[in-house]
Amino acid sequence: MTKHLDRTEIGLLVALPLLICIAFVLPKWIVNYVHVSMGTGLVALGVMIQMRAGLVSFGQGLYFCVGGYAAGMTGKFLGVTDFFVLLSAGIAAALCLSFVLGFLLRRYREIFYAMLSLAISMILFGLLSSTEELGSTDGFNLPTASYFGWSPTGETARLTLYTLTCFIAIGCAIALNRFLKSRVGYVNEAIRENELRVEYLGTSAHNAVHLTYVVAAVVSAIGGVLWALPLGHVDPEMTNWTTSGQFVFVSILSGTGNIAAPLIGTFLLEIIRVYAVELSPNTWQLILGSVMLFTIIFLPKGLWSLITSKQKSSKKIGASAPKPGE
Amino acid sequence: MTKSRLGASFGSLLRNSTSIIMAAGIGVTAAFATAGTAQAEDASVKIGFVTFLSGGAAGPFGVPARNAAELMIQSINSGAIPAPYGTAGVGGAKIDPIFVDENSKQKNADYLKLVEKDGVDMVVGYISSGSCKAIAPEAEKAQKLTILFDCGTPQIFEDIVTDPKYTFRTGGHATMDNVAAARYLQQQDVSLDSIAGINQNYAWGQDSWRDFSQSVLQLKDGATVSTEQFPKIYAGQYGSEVSAILTSKPNVVHSSFWGGDMEAFIIQGSARGVFERSKVVLTTGETAMHRLGGQMPNGTVIGARGPHGDLAPESELNDWFRKAYFDRFGTLPTYPSYKMAQALLGVKAAADKAGSADQDAIIGALRGLEWEGPSGKVTMALANGHQAIQDTAYGTYMYDKDAGKATLVDIVRFPAECVNPPAGVTSIDWIKGGFQGAACD
Repeated sequence: MTKHLDRTEIGLLVALPLLICIAFVLPKWIVNYVHVSMGTGLVALGVMIQMRAGLVSFGQGLYFCVGGYAAGMTGKFLGVTDFFVLLSAGIAAALCLSFVLGFLLRRYREIFYAMLSLAISMILFGLLSSTEELGSTDGFNLPTASYFGWSPTGETARLTLYTLTCFIAIGCAIALNRFLKSRVGYVNEAIRENELRVEYLGTSAHNAVHLTYVVAAVVSAIGGVLWALPLGHVDPEMTNWTTSGQFVFVSILSGTGNIAAPLIGTFLLEIIRVYAVELSPNTWQLILGSVMLFTIIFLPKGLWSLITSKQKSSKKIGASAPKPGE
Repeated sequence: MTKSRLGASFGSLLRNSTSIIMAAGIGVTAAFATAGTAQAEDASVKIGFVTFLSGGAAGPFGVPARNAAELMIQSINSGAIPAPYGTAGVGGAKIDPIFVDENSKQKNADYLKLVEKDGVDMVVGYISSGSCKAIAPEAEKAQKLTILFDCGTPQIFEDIVTDPKYTFRTGGHATMDNVAAARYLQQQDVSLDSIAGINQNYAWGQDSWRDFSQSVLQLKDGATVSTEQFPKIYAGQYGSEVSAILTSKPNVVHSSFWGGDMEAFIIQGSARGVFERSKVVLTTGETAMHRLGGQMPNGTVIGARGPHGDLAPESELNDWFRKAYFDRFGTLPTYPSYKMAQALLGVKAAADKAGSADQDAIIGALRGLEWEGPSGKVTMALANGHQAIQDTAYGTYMYDKDAGKATLVDIVRFPAECVNPPAGVTSIDWIKGGFQGAACD
């Protein structure tokens, strides 16, 4: 395991101050989209690391929702407003749930994994929709976050939350990058290629999938908390299949090539949607759908392949030696 | 399939860090490039309209509301509305609309975009109660005049924004619909000994049934609930629920179904005799009566979430609105159209009264305002003058076979003070406490 930072991590670290700076430079509404995109982007990251093991989770909204609701309920019923407590509540809830469910899900692959994860997320959707104490489908509101007893208001509160979100999102991305390059990360690649052989080599595919599932759940729950806090509201739509489907779509659109891809892809898709709505409020889905269709037709490996294919062609001119691992 | 795609992109892992920043930069600058373009022109007031333009709620609610908005904007700008709204513009300023789809996962970000980027002077919209819950605190934070025109939950000013400054709601909340439904049945001498409910299993259906059943229990000693059915929204098939209702033999069946669900229930339930054996109350029935015509059984009790549509009182303004809407869109306006018209006329009345379309002037004038909409008088009576109350009405369906026309008979009007809780009391406490302070003549 490498102790040095690789290029992606350096890139992410460089991006961190830039991300924070744009809060002061760009207009508030764009920063707001960047902010919520980091929340949903983290969930897309959770989907992406499972894709690396060949597993498509059609129910990642489950943990997005668990995170948001755990934070919300801690605030609503215990009266806690501390950001770090709310975040920990979200992480703890996702950790416990995913650890238990992992025993079931780790035994399934391909379409069965997708359908089972979808089914579990829809069970939660059904439960929340019929729970009147939690506002049913209308959901409920979250408190404004405080930080170790400090309760900023107005613009300060927004910037504090934004800055912390940047730190946590980038931190998660770096941690997941390390995860992908760790032993389990490589075992996941191997599971995708040939699971039987992995078992013959003496590694437990079940354990690797279980661990990946839990990691994806935790990062999705963090995304859920970070998304719900600026919004100040959670509802069961977070775990509906349309939401989960969107995360899968973002992962496919942006490509699984790099840990930063889903984060950027989420934001780009959001901006495209905003302008599509502005351009044609009645038929904006048509524009969004076309963008998705053309991306899949012309960039089957996702938007990230735009960057990597350019490099490949420039390298070919220099040296045409075959590269290992390609 | 996914397998091979993922396998192929494996090699492209971890390439270039500068490109990450580049890609992000492109997105941000693209968005930034057009950010500063929106500036309010002289003597125009820019209004953001947010309703469902896609999804299940678009057909029955969002699109009729948008249509009404388009009609009203044009008529207000040209001064074509009958007195007292004959002057052109709101406070002299022409309305410059921008429409946004409520069907979005980032409602708050979309709202902020309207305020910050498009520079709207006010936002009018929101049909879903979930949206209203999320938007109301945001509106107070953004300090932008926001008029909720339709959403029903009483929680907005009871729990969420208890001291509103920028948020208004120009439509009555859902409590009124169900209290009035119970009172109507009592007035029509329908037996309330046993009641049943079939409502969608989400907040709207649950709240509606709770308010209705509690009201009946208050109005009629010894009333019992024979069955409560909560099928999921958009289910479309109600075979087992209809069976459960038939076998429990209730006197009254209450339903807050809307859109396609309601039409499916009417057709499936009437075929099996639910409407003959029990008195059926449809709290949003008015939206479907003209479309269903003869398929809607006679004797069904019909509501319109206020005195809208066919329940609206006779007035020059109402006649004009119905005719103008029919001429333009080929159908009669239903209650979402009425509620949108009501909201815009409220804005116009406030701005005209203040003589300015300035935000503070409108807020000052709109607080506690009383104005005439196409469905009668509206008063901003609750929540420090931020929540409207208005009269409501219920009627009984009668299909005129000869004329091929759907009509309502035995229309009963209920004064606002009779079916709304007084200021400072939450809806459910008011119902359970026996309607303290209700003024019904």
